[in-house]
Order: sequence, then C-alpha cells, then structure tokens
Amino acid sequence: MAYIRKVFTGFILVLPLIFSSLIYSESSDYNMPIGVTDVSESIFGLHMLIFWICVVIGVIVFSIMFWSLWKYRKSKGAVAADFDDNFWLEIGWTVAATLVLVWMAVPSTQVMVEAYDDAEGEINILITGHQWKWHYEYLEDEVGFFSNLSTSQEQIDGEVPKGEFYLREVDEPLVIPTNTRVRFLITGNDVIHSWWVPDFAVKQDAIPGFINTAWTNVPEPGIFRGACTELCGIKHAFMPVVVRAVEREEFDAFIAEKVALAEEERMLTSKVWTKDELMARGESFYATNCAACHQANGQGIPPVFPSLVGSQITMFDSNKHIEILMEGVQGSAMAAFGESYSEVDIASVITYTRQAWSNGEKGDGVIVTPQDIVAYKNRIDL
Amino acid sequence: MSTVVESHDHGHHGPAKGLSRWLFTTNHKDIGTLYLWFSFIMLFIGGAMAMVIRAELFQPGLQIVQPEFFNQMTTNHGLIMVFGVIMPAFVGLANWMLPMQIGAPDMALPRLNNLSFWLLPMAFGILISTLFMPEGGPNFGWTFYAPLSTTYAPSTVNFFIFSVHIMGVSSILGSINIITTIFNMRAPGMTLMKMPLFVWSWLITAYLLIAVMPVLAGVVTMMLMDINFGTSFFNAAGGGDPVLFQHVFWFFGHPEVYIMILPAFGIVSHIIETFSRKPIFGYSSMVYAMASIAILSFVVWAHHMFTVGMPLAGELFFMYSTMLIAIPTGVKVFNWVATMFRGSITFETPMLFSIAFVALFTIGGFSGLMLAIVPADFQYHDTYFVVAHFHYVLVPGALFGIIAAAYYWLPKWTGNMYDETLGKLHFWLTFISVNVTFFPMHFVGLAGMPRRYPDYALQFADFNALISVGAFMFGLTQLLFLFIVIKTIRSGKQAKPEVWEGAGDLGLEWTLTSPPPYHSFTVQPQVK
Ligand code: HEM
Ligand SMILES: [Cu+2]
Repeated sequence: MAYIRKVFTGFILVLPLIFSSLIYSESSDYNMPIGVTDVSESIFGLHMLIFWICVVIGVIVFSIMFWSLWKYRKSKGAVAADFDDNFWLEIGWTVAATLVLVWMAVPSTQVMVEAYDDAEGEINILITGHQWKWHYEYLEDEVGFFSNLSTSQEQIDGEVPKGEFYLREVDEPLVIPTNTRVRFLITGNDVIHSWWVPDFAVKQDAIPGFINTAWTNVPEPGIFRGACTELCGIKHAFMPVVVRAVEREEFDAFIAEKVALAEEERMLTSKVWTKDELMARGESFYATNCAACHQANGQGIPPVFPSLVGSQITMFDSNKHIEILMEGVQGSAMAAFGESYSEVDIASVITYTRQAWSNGEKGDGVIVTPQDIVAYKNRIDL
Repeated sequence: MSTVVESHDHGHHGPAKGLSRWLFTTNHKDIGTLYLWFSFIMLFIGGAMAMVIRAELFQPGLQIVQPEFFNQMTTNHGLIMVFGVIMPAFVGLANWMLPMQIGAPDMALPRLNNLSFWLLPMAFGILISTLFMPEGGPNFGWTFYAPLSTTYAPSTVNFFIFSVHIMGVSSILGSINIITTIFNMRAPGMTLMKMPLFVWSWLITAYLLIAVMPVLAGVVTMMLMDINFGTSFFNAAGGGDPVLFQHVFWFFGHPEVYIMILPAFGIVSHIIETFSRKPIFGYSSMVYAMASIAILSFVVWAHHMFTVGMPLAGELFFMYSTMLIAIPTGVKVFNWVATMFRGSITFETPMLFSIAFVALFTIGGFSGLMLAIVPADFQYHDTYFVVAHFHYVLVPGALFGIIAAAYYWLPKWTGNMYDETLGKLHFWLTFISVNVTFFPMHFVGLAGMPRRYPDYALQFADFNALISVGAFMFGLTQLLFLFIVIKTIRSGKQAKPEVWEGAGDLGLEWTLTSPPPYHSFTVQPQVK
C-alpha cells in the first residue's frame, strides 16, 4: 500500500508539470494557438498568465495536502492535534485569494477592452449562419456567396482515405485583405450558430434576429481554419469556417471578379434556357445545396427530410414547388433559398428535381425557367 | 458533540412485505434506498450513452452512429446524469442521513416523500421512451437552446418538456420536505451552528432548488407555448428573443451546478474529519462559504453566454462576479487541507475518494477560473476545454462525493462492512481512468476541438482515442462498484455502531445501531 501511495502522490505532483511541458510545445495540438493578430496574442498571453498562477497555487495547496497526508498518517503513529479553528488564518487566506484575483482581473479587463471594439471596419462583412453552411456578404460591394464543406461524404464514411484538411476545407473560403480593419457582422438565419476562427481569437454567436459584431486585422497572408461552435443540428460538425487573408491588390481583384460574376448572373436571367442547360446547372446546384438533406438519390431521410422522389409537389404542382424554394417551410430545416440564390439557380434546381429520378416520366415534367421565378417575385411584390 | 441515546424497538412497526413495501413506503430509509438505486440504474443508462459517444469518437469519421443519433446521445447523457443520477443520489443520501444526523425518527412529510420519489421514474420513463419514437428523442443538447429546441425540434420535445416539469415538481417537493425536517425536527440542543455540515449543505441546496426549479419550469413552459400555441418568446421572426432563452435557462442553470456540488462538500467534510481523527477545521467559515457560494451563484449566470454579444459592462460584471465565487470555493479547499494537517490519517476507501475529490475538484476549479476570464473564454467557449472543466467538477467532484458517501455510510445502512481490498481496487481503477478520460480533454479543447461534434479533424485523433479508452475503462470499473455494493448488502463483517474509529463523537448517526432501527430516533437525543 505504501508503494501505491507514493505513486499516487507522485502522480498528483507531476500532473501540473506534464500539463505545462505539453502546453509549451510549439505545436498547437495541445494548447491554444497564439494566433496571428494582436488580440489573439494578448489573449494567449493572458491565458498563459492565468494558467501559471493556477499552477503555482495548485502546487502550493497540493504540496501541503500531500505532505500532510504523508507526515500525519496514523500508521506512522501520528496523533491528532487538538485545534479546529483559527480566525486570522481564515481572514488571511481569504484576503490572499482576493488579492490574487485582483491580480488576474486587471490584465483580463485590459485585454477585454482591447478585444471589444465595435467601431466600423474599412471592410464590413455580413456573416450569416445557415443550417449547415456559412454565407458571406461584402456589404460595400453587395456581393456574396455561400461557403460549404468540401470534404466528400466518402471520406466521412471511411470509404476513401481522409485528406489533410478533413472537415476543415470549404468550396469557397471567405477572403479578407491583410493589414485592414475588417469588421464582421454576424447573424443566424435559422438556429443559433457560432463563428469561430481561433487564429483571430474571434468567436461570436450567429443568432437569428440579432447582429453581433467582431473585428480583426490580420498582418500576414495565410489560410485560417475554424469551426461552428454552437450546436445547430445534425450537421453542426460539418460547417467549417475557412478564411483566406490576401494582400490588398489580390483582394481588390477578387472583389472585382465577384462583382463581374454577379453582373453576369443577372444577364443570365434574361437569357432563354434550354432544358439541358437547366438540368446541368440544376444537378450541380442540387449536389452542393440540397443533397445534404434530401440525399443524392432524392429520397431524403424521412420524416425529417422528406423524399423528393414521386412526391405530389415535384411531379404535379410546379407552383407549390416554386413557392417552397422561395419561401422555405416554416418550422423545418427547409430554408427560403430564394432569398440567397439567383433566379437561374432556383429555376434550374426546380427543373432538375422535376425531371430526375423518373419524376419527369411519371409526373407532368414541367420546365421552370428563370423568367418564371421573376414572374413569381413580381407577383409576391404586388 | 456527545449524546445520550435511548432506543426502544417497536416490533410492530417494521416494513411491509413485498412490492407494496416499496410502492407505498413512507419510511425515510426505504425512500432513500429507492432514490439511491434509481440513481445507480440511471448511472448505467447514462453511462451506456456515454459509451456510444466515445465509441463514435474513438476515430475520426462516422463509424457507429449517425450525427442525428449522436446528438440524441449527448443530450440524453447530459440530462440523465444531471437530473437522473447526481440529483437523485443526493436526495437519497439526504433521506437516509438527515433524520439520523439531526436525531429525528423520520422526515417531516413522509407521504410527500413517497410522491417526490415516485414522480422520478415517471419523468425518466417518459424521457427515455422518446428515444424509441420515430422522430427520435431530444437532440438539442442538455442546455436545449431555442430555437433549435422549439421551431426546429422533433415533436417529441413535448414529452421532454413534460418530463422536465415532473422532475421539477419532484425536486421542489423534496426540498420542501428537507427544509421542514431540518427546521422542525432537530434534537434539542442542536442549534443551527451545531448542525452537521451535510445538513447545512442540504439546507442551502434545498433553498437553491426552490428558487430555481420554477425558473426551469418557466422556461420549458415558454417553449411549450412557442411550439404549440403560436407565441414567440424565443422566435425572432415573431419579434421574440432567442437570447432571452439563454438568460432564463442559465439563471436556473448556474445555481443548478452548485446544487450538484454543495451536498458533496458536506459529505467530504465529514469523511475528512473522520479519517483525520480531528474535527473539521473552520466549521463556521465552511458554513459561510457555502452560503456565499449559494448567494453568488445567482449573479454569475451569463458567464455561460460570453459570446452571445453582451455589452462590455455586462461582460466585465459577469467576469468579476464569477471570479468572486473562487474565493469561498478556495476557502473550502484550504479548510479541508487544514483539517488533514496534524491529523492522524488513515486511508480507507471513503477517504481515498475524498482526497481525490479535493485534488481533482480543485483542478476543475482552476479551469473554471480560467473560463471566467472573458477574453480567454472567447477561445475556450464551447470547446472540449469546457467539457473537461465540468466533468472535473462533476465526476471526480459530485460523483466521487456520492461514491465516498456510499462507502462511508454503507456499513451503517446495511450493518455489514464492505470489502476494503475491493473498495481500494475500485478507487484506483476509477481514479486512473477518470484522469485518462477527462484530462486530455483540456488539450483537445485548447487545440480547437468544439464540443458536441460527432466527427472531428485529424489532428485531434490521438487524444480522442486515448479519451475513449479511459472512458471504457471508467465505465467497466463501475460494474465493480455495483458488485461491491451488492456484496456488502448480502454479507460482510458485522459493523459496530460507530463503524469508524472515533466516529461516535462526530455525529448522531454513529450512536445508532448498524443497521439502524426502522424509525431512526424514536426518542430525541440531547445534544450538548
Ligand atoms: C471556481 C468555481 C467555478 C467557476 C469559476 C466556474 C466557471 C465556469 C464558466 C465560466 C463556465 C462557462 C464556460 C463556457 O461555456 O465557456 C462554466 C461551465 C460549466 N460549469 Fe463551472 N465553474 C466553477 C465551478 C463549477 C462547479 C462546482 C460545477 C458543478 C458541480 C460547474 C459546472 C459547470 C458546468 C456543468 C458547465 C457547462 C455547462 C454547459 O455549457 O453545458 N462549475 N463554469
Ligand atoms: Cu456557471
């Protein structure tokens, strides 16, 4: 038993040491990343300061405790002393604890004031959390896009080997300029999400009906990976954040390209589309935006995600079909896609789902064009 | 404390026979036993869910369960452990020990006592049945944030709400009983400041429960209205406020976490003084510390919400108030250490669990202090660092307190000594596995792994495998505990009335025979 007790004491005493040696290793596999911004560095410093204060207090308290357990064990003939109170000792450690806390509170307050600053940014980006993807909109230039997980389902299911950035990669990262004050306006579309980039030390909840703010100023170009940190449903783990910081010129070029693309989209609306063109576009839109819930084979996961195969709406009721895409379904995960996507996208995905999985043969196979969507919008506006 | 006891046996007053003994019992010991067995069974059910979670997280990728079911597991694991294991176990201990510690024959309101127990199996029967319904059980986390738990919830959320209402009624009835008993049935001479610390801890806990369970009931009622009657408390589209949900929930939730630890403070104080053979150091400061923790626990709730977008002044207020709680918590730890200092210490199983409690609960306190630092919490919040924190305070904290209490009082309850060798084996396996399970969670959390994820990036793989191994070991070890408890009930060396050397002076319960008579004190003892 004595041997075990020694091991026990030893174990407890070295715990903080193991902790601290791991914590200082270069790799951030064990510790909070230092990050790349002034704020993230200050927060890292604060974290380590508090951590070390805790370690010191821990070492003192645990040393006294384990030394007492060792020294005053009955098996060595210890006889209990006869005291059970000491007023000044109680006062003393209460005051000591208070002083240590004040020592912690001062730098904490300073860092908090530094991190908390909701002045306008030079660039302002509206971030909207959706089930289960992020939407980014550059407010100055009125362009935006969705950012979806790009890791394949086969990797998740273990059918193919997992890539280096498994679950930390997206089809289109958020792009921000370096050495610029970028402000994020963060909100949620359906449930609460939370937008986190550890390297910027930015974590803000994306809450429907609220717009939260956060900001950053990144000195160096790079790719920074983060996550959604508020439970938001089934695919909570599958909506990562990826931010690419680039030099100002590259950023301006990126925005210019986005603006041009948006213009092109608008042109496409008035173009006359063939069924095959709509089908091709609809198929790829379906794969990125719909298949997560309704599945690639259209059969969904009933009852939560209904099947689109052979349904009354997809076969016979194109008006209802348009309405659902445009307005969403209250109280379900089906979002109002019309608010976020172009007429062309909506029309093509409706056409696709009305044709695919032999819905076309069995149903009316109506082709919905971008003009139909424009007409729907005009009707609603009236 | 020394006492004069006269006990006479009422032969005609034994327990009824068979099932009706348990269904209709109004005896504090029988009801205590029911609570404890209920909690033990729930520990294995909630534990099995944890095993599913850890099996899925053993490797990156989705292998065993799909995310939808995973979310149901995390949610129900949390709900069952909080409301079905820790709280009922403490109520069970209160039922057994309060009358015996204050020199009373039974609880003040025995029929109410029966009701408050039997509500629990109903509540959990309803909750667990949802897992077998087509839409599945609650899947929105044990904190059930709206609107995920309202507009976007499976329709079984209505069963969940009903079940929470029943649990709340049960807790409130139990608390009323405890407060009434403590205030009215203490032995002559037992002034408030002479009450055993376990009694104090429960008196304070009962008040916390009465204060916050109605708040919980309120928040689930608001959900019910939103879901079924078209109100918009938490629905932004209808002008409601999803953040309001969190404020109301955590106004219940933070006192709730102290409800889950205060009784353990009481238990551990008794055990440390018994096995140090020296009365608790700073009795009155222990009482004041518990009272201040309870009061402060009402003004710190938003430390769970540092990232919802509060104004700067709000963030700072909740940071300072949370840091303040560390003072009385620290004082308690210092007092326990001072009790051991210059004692005459032996290391029976309850003492081992209590020592581990002090050490590991303190580690949980340190991470709590780190989490209180708002800017740093931006990085910690909703990662495994938080999971590590609350498991350190709840498993080697609350649960070790309960296990220690079981070993400490089992000989009193059953009249049989437990097997010390097996008890020590149980302790060491538990102690090692609890650390293997929860310590690495600090690391994965700091490195950036969010909580409530069924799948994760590759750099977290090694730690997660280790955590899962620890968790399986922890789970298996508790089967040994079950075995020890059953073995003790059936046989074992006959326990003396004082059970532990010198305990006879430490509390009234040790003046009764082991096992104690059916109506604990039929004649009130005199406390000097
Ligand atoms: C020194 C005392 C303590 C301090 C300063 C403290 C502080 C905190 C803080 C700031 C958080 C929020 C972390 C976040 O979500 O970012 C937290 C979470 C939590 N704490 Fe503590 N804590 C203390 C003791 C305890 C105790 C004694 C318990 C229970 C026995 C407890 C149980 C919890 C639980 C369950 C959560 C997580 C709730 C959730 O989000 O699911 N804490 N604590
Ligand atoms: Cu709290």
